[in-house]
Amino acid sequence: MPSDPLQLSAVEIVAAVRSGDLTATACTEAFLDRIARTNGTLNAFLCVDREGALARAADIDARRRAGRPLGPLAGLPVGVKDALCTADLPTTCASKMLAGYRPPYDAEVVARLRRADAVVVGKTNMDEFAMGGSNENSAFGPVANPWDTSRAPGGSSGGSAACVAADMAPVAIGSDTGGSIRQPAGLCGITGLKPTYGRVSRRGLVAFASSLDQIGPMARSAADCALTLEAIAGHDPGDSTSLTDAVPDYSRMLDKPLTGLRIGRVPEHFAAGLDPEVARGVEEAFAVFRELGATVHDVRLPHAHHGIPTYYLIAPCEASSNLARYDGAHYGYRAEPGGGHRAEPGTGHRAADGRDADATAAFESPLVEMYCRSRAEGFGPEVKRRIMLGTYALSAGYYDAYYAKALRVRRLIRQDYLDAFESVDLIGGPVSATAAFPLGEKTGDPLAMYLVDMYTVTANLAGVGGISFPCGFTAGGLPIGFQLQAPALAESLLLNATDRFQSLTDWHRRRPPLAV
Amino acid sequence: MAAAPSPADVASPGSFTTIIGLEVHVQLQTATKLFCGCPTTFGAPPNTQVCPTCLGLPGSLPVMNRHAFDLAVRAALALECTIAPFTKWDRKNYFYPDLPKGYQISQFDLPFSSDGFLEVVDPKGAFSRRVGIIRVHLEEDAGKSMHDEAAGTADSRIDLNRAGTPLCEIVTQPDLRSPQEARAWLNELKLLLVYLGVSDCNMQEGSLRVDANVNLHIPRPDGSVAKTPIVEIKNMNSFRSVERALAYEAARQWEEWQATGRELGSAPKQTRGWDDPAGVTRGQRHKEESSDYRYFPEPDLVPVRVSADDLARARAAMGVPPAGLRHMLAERWSISAYDADVLVNQGRDLVAYFEELAGLVGEGKVASNWMQQDVLRTLNERGGTIDAFPVRPPALADIIGRIAAGDFDTSRGREIFAEVLASGRPVADVVSSLGIAAVDDDALDVLCRELVAANPKIVADVQGGKEQAAAGLIGQAKKKNPNVNPGKVRAKCLEIIRGL
Amino acid sequence: MSSASPSLSRQDVAKVALLSRLALSERELDHLTGELSKIVGFVSQLADVDTSAVEPLAHPLDSQNVFRDDVVTPSLTRESVLRSAPRHDGESFLVPAVLGETGAA
Repeated sequence: MPSDPLQLSAVEIVAAVRSGDLTATACTEAFLDRIARTNGTLNAFLCVDREGALARAADIDARRRAGRPLGPLAGLPVGVKDALCTADLPTTCASKMLAGYRPPYDAEVVARLRRADAVVVGKTNMDEFAMGGSNENSAFGPVANPWDTSRAPGGSSGGSAACVAADMAPVAIGSDTGGSIRQPAGLCGITGLKPTYGRVSRRGLVAFASSLDQIGPMARSAADCALTLEAIAGHDPGDSTSLTDAVPDYSRMLDKPLTGLRIGRVPEHFAAGLDPEVARGVEEAFAVFRELGATVHDVRLPHAHHGIPTYYLIAPCEASSNLARYDGAHYGYRAEPGGGHRAEPGTGHRAADGRDADATAAFESPLVEMYCRSRAEGFGPEVKRRIMLGTYALSAGYYDAYYAKALRVRRLIRQDYLDAFESVDLIGGPVSATAAFPLGEKTGDPLAMYLVDMYTVTANLAGVGGISFPCGFTAGGLPIGFQLQAPALAESLLLNATDRFQSLTDWHRRRPPLAV
Repeated sequence: MAAAPSPADVASPGSFTTIIGLEVHVQLQTATKLFCGCPTTFGAPPNTQVCPTCLGLPGSLPVMNRHAFDLAVRAALALECTIAPFTKWDRKNYFYPDLPKGYQISQFDLPFSSDGFLEVVDPKGAFSRRVGIIRVHLEEDAGKSMHDEAAGTADSRIDLNRAGTPLCEIVTQPDLRSPQEARAWLNELKLLLVYLGVSDCNMQEGSLRVDANVNLHIPRPDGSVAKTPIVEIKNMNSFRSVERALAYEAARQWEEWQATGRELGSAPKQTRGWDDPAGVTRGQRHKEESSDYRYFPEPDLVPVRVSADDLARARAAMGVPPAGLRHMLAERWSISAYDADVLVNQGRDLVAYFEELAGLVGEGKVASNWMQQDVLRTLNERGGTIDAFPVRPPALADIIGRIAAGDFDTSRGREIFAEVLASGRPVADVVSSLGIAAVDDDALDVLCRELVAANPKIVADVQGGKEQAAAGLIGQAKKKNPNVNPGKVRAKCLEIIRGL
Repeated sequence: MSSASPSLSRQDVAKVALLSRLALSERELDHLTGELSKIVGFVSQLADVDTSAVEPLAHPLDSQNVFRDDVVTPSLTRESVLRSAPRHDGESFLVPAVLGETGAA
């Protein structure tokens, strides 16, 4: 009989459930219990589906006993970022705009998880509409970093990262538009993969920036990520941007030796601004890769320093359009006339407080007033900022200078990767300039917050894949993350390299000293 | 720049040219919407033909309907447009309750086709106009918003069944010069698109919508041309309304120009709605931040490349368009342009029927007459399609052939036609059962001598030089024996009278 | 666009707010004017990048010609459609009156 399920990897859990050594019910109970004990502190979950999860687990156990076939993730508890539609659970994107909203369909990834017999335990907290780098933009409270609850877990998939780091579930699904899987994974000491754009279907992922968004697994190890990715990746005819390329057997390719692997190191990454402890952790990681037989070479990504301004034009522009549908007309929050508002059932929102006079009080019609007030009241400040920025950058007279210009620089950024990958197989480096920062440190300065994505945005702009995993700890006990980036459709190489790294190191096995 | 002439300087009253351009939206005749598998059938209960994609629910994504694209290309080819080898989709962003995503997926700077034309020729020769087509692009339709003023509520009701239906937007050059031309051109466009199977162009059901842009060019005594501000007219619900609205608006602009002298460029483009019951256009509230649609490339859809092979296949599937068919019919069967037009207007199936008939008869004019006077008339009375019409070309050709052979006259032929239609019996059966048999020469001779003897006044008229009086004997002859051939009766009677 | 930091006026921001359908208080308008000016100033550094020989890249992928067949698939039930509607009458969505003309040109 295996030990505490909380100590098992995802790979071990599915093997134990398949062999009968562990029931899905016992496993699910253990994690639900852990969630109950920790979520008050961490706020990683917005919604926990105890009943639904146990029902699924019971069904899996019954089928196992009856000798019926089980999916490859049978019995595996999974947390799902609240940006993915779940037909039976609320999907809020951590926004008042969608408080209590229940979609009439499952995201494709959720459907695939269910078909694989995973057990969805709940929806994880996030930055509102995926906009943020610290999970402090949630309308339902920030998420605490399990390693130090006074610090941010990163974002926007902060809830999913904390969930895995704190053993609330062995695997969580996140989304990554500018680093939202990789950066929180780095700050929480777990492994998070952003696949190549189009590798995983976006159908049912509430869109933030459509040409940048990707869904990916977050877990304790490359092996666990590989197991999950196999179940969720692959063509979906319902997503026009979904790739038709076959999904490799990632799990079988993990232990290939890294002899001859060429890893790029970008000198500009080590400029001022990179925390010295992080820099040291990253260099030590390169040393481990050399031990594994890889060689490290300098490469240049000459336009990488334009990544943030490029990203913070393209993403808000697309977002300003993607979020136009939240207008109070057909679903979501609607501000009722006369200053009050109609709360979604069960959300218990307070009535609107007295606000100073609307600058745009002279609305041209009750309809326009409904739009303007619903959106003003439903969206948080960061979302509004980005919508305004995007609208401005797309508007007449500014399109060429801002949006179109950013699209041109994007092509240069993509070309940088294509050129670099002529001489190296992967590019390694930091995922974040610092370890986890204190809650509240950057919330007063939007630009400072934007800069936390500096190492991660370029992969989204170019459409290539990236993975982050722990490579050490600061003196203060905070995880240090390392990022590998690969050419398009080289997830197997990312997972292989990470797995080999994790075969020689123990950082990924460490648990936060959570007092619960 | 010369000072604007005072209205009193106008040359001759009523001297102006009406400049008209049209913007037509046609719903494509697909089974499903442009980006999702919801049905497009008309008249379903509100909000029963919607899904996450056309509802714009969070997380929903569009996937392009191949058949819609093919139909759009077919239409553009028939309109002689250049098909772009590379085309893409764009988002047109604006807020409106019938537009659930807050943007419409359309085409902005790289439409799939451009630079075509469609000619309209009045069959009676009153006008002929080649109308340039600036572009044809593909986009999704919005839903419907309904406001019941009478109910006195402050709400509008939104039905999204129509949201996502595939539309072709066809924008013409301002080449039309009269309301009549505009109406005729629209009829020609409709005929073409129906022939192609692209759309049923039914304005009552909203599968064809038209907006018009109109202004006047007014020649001044000094040779320059004054141009009135362009007005966009919306809310015209039939081709007749289009004609009436344009006529009204042209007259209104003439009045206004005479009163104010205001010219193009002096004010932003105006939109006026046509009020059909009242017969007037009314100015609509001018919106401030009117149209900053912030177009940008649609990230959820990938571009489309059209190859030469694709185009060849599309052309092969098109069939001959109406204009070509008219020409071909007139040439091949030696019928008038007018006759060809009438036939072609009825559709491909009726043209096929006619061609089969004419081929069997061996001649076009008679066949065409029978088509127009008999087949079409009864078809319209009975309803139904020409394919289901009980009298098939061989039977009708048989009747026509017997008339030509002198077995009976045309009016007898019509009786036979009616009976074949009603009973479904073969022509030969009907002929014999009606007792129609050729009258032999002796019987004819006897009959005619009887008539001549009984009609001294007619005989006297004929002898006095009025040969046409003999026609009075034909009616009497038919009464005595319906099988007589009128021509033969006339000839025989005249012969007898001359021999008197 | 020049490299010099452009600044948005309060009026610019109010216009953008209306275009975005966001009601702003006077205080928010002031605050956002400052923040957006800073951010726009920051992203304007792209003006210094030479892109004269570069086409825009709207899609990271190079795919094209993705279609679906013209085959009917199940729609949602009206009940599930209207269930999330803030106001409806059992058949249609209800919104404050939309009078006269359509929103699009």
